[in-house]
Amino acid sequence: MSEAPLLSVEDVAVDLPTARGPLRAVDRVDLTLGAGRTLGIVGESGCGKTMLSRAILQLLPRKAKFSGRVMFDGQDLARIDREHLRKLRGRSLAVVFQDPMTSLNPVLTIGTQLGETLQEHLELDSVHARTRSAELLVAVGIPAPEQRLMQYPHQLSGGMRQRVAIAIALSCEPKLLIADEPTTALDVTIQAQILDLLAREQRRRHMAMILITHDLGVVAGRTDEVAVMYAGRVVERAPTPVLFRAMQMPYTEALLAAIPKLDAAPHTPLPAISGRPPDPTRPLKGCSFSPRCRYALARCHQDKPALTAPLSADHHYACFHPLRTAAGVDA
Amino acid sequence: MATLDLGMEDDIGAAPAPRSRQLGLLFWIAIGWMALVFALALFAPLLPLPSPTDMDMLERRAPFSAAHWLGTDGLGRDELARLIHGARISLAVGLFAPVIGLVIGGALGMLAGYFRGRLETLVVGSMDVLLAFPPLVLALAVTAYLGQSILNLTLILGVLGIPAFMRVARAATLTLARREFVIAAEALGATHRRILLRELLPNVLLPLVAFFLLGVAVTIVAEGALSFLGLGVPPPVASWGSMIGEGRESLDVAPRLAFLPAFAFFLTVLSFNLVGDSLKAVTDPRQGAL
Repeated sequence: MSEAPLLSVEDVAVDLPTARGPLRAVDRVDLTLGAGRTLGIVGESGCGKTMLSRAILQLLPRKAKFSGRVMFDGQDLARIDREHLRKLRGRSLAVVFQDPMTSLNPVLTIGTQLGETLQEHLELDSVHARTRSAELLVAVGIPAPEQRLMQYPHQLSGGMRQRVAIAIALSCEPKLLIADEPTTALDVTIQAQILDLLAREQRRRHMAMILITHDLGVVAGRTDEVAVMYAGRVVERAPTPVLFRAMQMPYTEALLAAIPKLDAAPHTPLPAISGRPPDPTRPLKGCSFSPRCRYALARCHQDKPALTAPLSADHHYACFHPLRTAAGVDA
Repeated sequence: MATLDLGMEDDIGAAPAPRSRQLGLLFWIAIGWMALVFALALFAPLLPLPSPTDMDMLERRAPFSAAHWLGTDGLGRDELARLIHGARISLAVGLFAPVIGLVIGGALGMLAGYFRGRLETLVVGSMDVLLAFPPLVLALAVTAYLGQSILNLTLILGVLGIPAFMRVARAATLTLARREFVIAAEALGATHRRILLRELLPNVLLPLVAFFLLGVAVTIVAEGALSFLGLGVPPPVASWGSMIGEGRESLDVAPRLAFLPAFAFFLTVLSFNLVGDSLKAVTDPRQGAL
């Protein structure tokens, strides 16, 4: 990309203190995202996806140690003053969380939660905020908005609640939306609706989006670029079509194989990735995926592969023995 | 009352959703009794009652009559007038002392639970010191030093209630502050002040208000106990506790002198507990959130 990217994460690392020593949750991650584009971050539970998103928003736990730079719109979010950062959040940066059960305040009505954000950032009076809230609810596909505004979160279904959370995130027309596993807590039939809604609103508002998920299937048709994370590091990063056509990391392949296939015969065992992710408080000497990798050779256990792009300028991966062919990829 | 404020939280004029749970008959009887006691206590000076402190030595322990509806006490003072004026003291102390605990303890608990760190250590530590102090000795020391008055009594009981309110508020804040909606609010650019007042307070208020009503009941009992021991309101001012204490001397000849205030006491405390429980069940918008 020639123009300056909207977001550029440079050498970001996050250490969390634990009883067993410091835990490296995010390990020297570099990412860039242009305005209006979508980046998918994929990885299994505990690989640092959420910590990375919190690091971008500078919403890390108080005891976490952060290093690196998060350049957003020409400003380093980690270095600007708190007040300035607070104004950017909500206004230019917004988040949708995984569980709409807990991301909405249980004792405030939908109207209050939506309206107050509008009043705070756009300085609307309560009447305008209310009309705008109703419009937003319509935009996210909630019928009878006037009635919904008066309800409490527990009176809505899970999918409805996630739509409200999206409406709140979209309320101030952010430049970047971070969707942290927005569909994990939802019914499969609702998942597609929510993802389509996000994609539609993103196009309409020309907003950049980071879509965090553990499901490669989710990012397949909906992102411009995908970063695969494992044990706190980005292990493969490529434009989405390139990644699915010619994935190089054995971990990416294993993730894809773990998606159940509709055309498979009933009772076909699901290929799971054996073993467990490495203990993040005891970093491995070699490649962190080597204990679970079926292609691992001696060198994989000795040295840590760097993230390089030997094939093409935008396809990065960290592997000594990349998959030679992309056989059997049916995405 | 603080409970009713909850309904006004949704300032956009939201019509409350239909309540599935109906308030029982018992709730309305309790409300009726509380209303009666409050009205009598409030308008006591306007009511055509004999003075609660004028003694009539010829009419000591007089039985029920047209002149003295509930008879007279051991010093010939009108029992009904003393009961009603006693309600003023018992209710005033019983309501204001927990308010002190609610406001100070609630604020300290929320700050400690939200900001954690050194502030929390300091607050929890100082509350532990206060809790470790025997309450009766503290009450004795304060009344001996500052004198026996209704204000001092309210202050002592209020201060003694702070640690309990602090703990309730802190515990609630600790669990809530880790919930995603707080992080979501922060991600939307909310200030600490806003998160504490708009996001956390309405949530913390639910357990605090339930605890407050319990606190009212406990404080009325505590005031009664202190007055019974002679540490409460100074004579000749009547409070239910001091009336029971005075009635004790004539339990054998006129047991009603101890039992009438005790009965008023019992009904009022029971009403507070019943109303507190019912309102908690009904006003909690989280109920049924599964």
